[in-house]
Amino acid sequence: MAGVEGAGVRRRSVLRAMAVIPALANIRNATAQNFLPPQDLRPFIDKLTGGAVVKTGKVTMDMPAIAENGNSIPFILRVASPMTAADHVKSVHVFAPRNPRPLVAAFHFGPHAPRAEVSTRVRLAGTQKVIAIAAMADGSFWSGETPIVVTAAACLDEALG
Amino acid sequence: MTARLRVPDTARPGDIVEVRLLIQHDMETGFRRDMQGRAVPMNVITEVRARYGESEVFRAELGSGVSANPYLAFPVRALKTGEIRIEWVDSAGVRGGVSAVLNVA
Repeated sequence: MAGVEGAGVRRRSVLRAMAVIPALANIRNATAQNFLPPQDLRPFIDKLTGGAVVKTGKVTMDMPAIAENGNSIPFILRVASPMTAADHVKSVHVFAPRNPRPLVAAFHFGPHAPRAEVSTRVRLAGTQKVIAIAAMADGSFWSGETPIVVTAAACLDEALG
Repeated sequence: MTARLRVPDTARPGDIVEVRLLIQHDMETGFRRDMQGRAVPMNVITEVRARYGESEVFRAELGSGVSANPYLAFPVRALKTGEIRIEWVDSAGVRGGVSAVLNVA
């Protein structure tokens, strides 16, 4: 009798364990829907640079390390440059690879700008590395990236066509 | 569309002043549905231009990755008393503008 009862308990626990599997699958689907995988930024960057080499440095971004909500994240962008007629920042493009439209914004400066600096607020769809690429007056490109953890993504329940 | 533009009351020639701009705009991503389940079309401010006197001092192209009611702050070098004029346009072609005078003495 004892042996049969033991088998029953084991069977019950196995069945219970199996019942959990589809539930787990659902959770994974839901996550996949809300958080798109990072997109390959190479086509965007190549279009910007025309295939030129992008060096790392000079570009920094200030954001909170963790954002509870992806809808409005304070964002400060700075590019190190003397901002003279010969040596200044022309433009900076900001990319969020996990956003449905990775190009967040482009900022245009010129020699008249005292500093290549701008503050704004951005929407981010999930934890990712935000990348900014600066185009300099001498034709060189510089990039910087900043990781951010986003616990609730900006609204994109569904990607509509 | 309403907007708020803040510049310092006064500045000395050569000072770097911060221009702060807040525009009231939903910045609709196009990924949202309304209460009836219809897709809300994308409508964002696509471009913001800032002029100080005769010259353009800053320009931004925005997309759906910029938060609703976009905020922008950028530095400008004070040269002489003049108007700081901001103009923008959204996806629907609606234009808006706001200006403030920067007193330099």
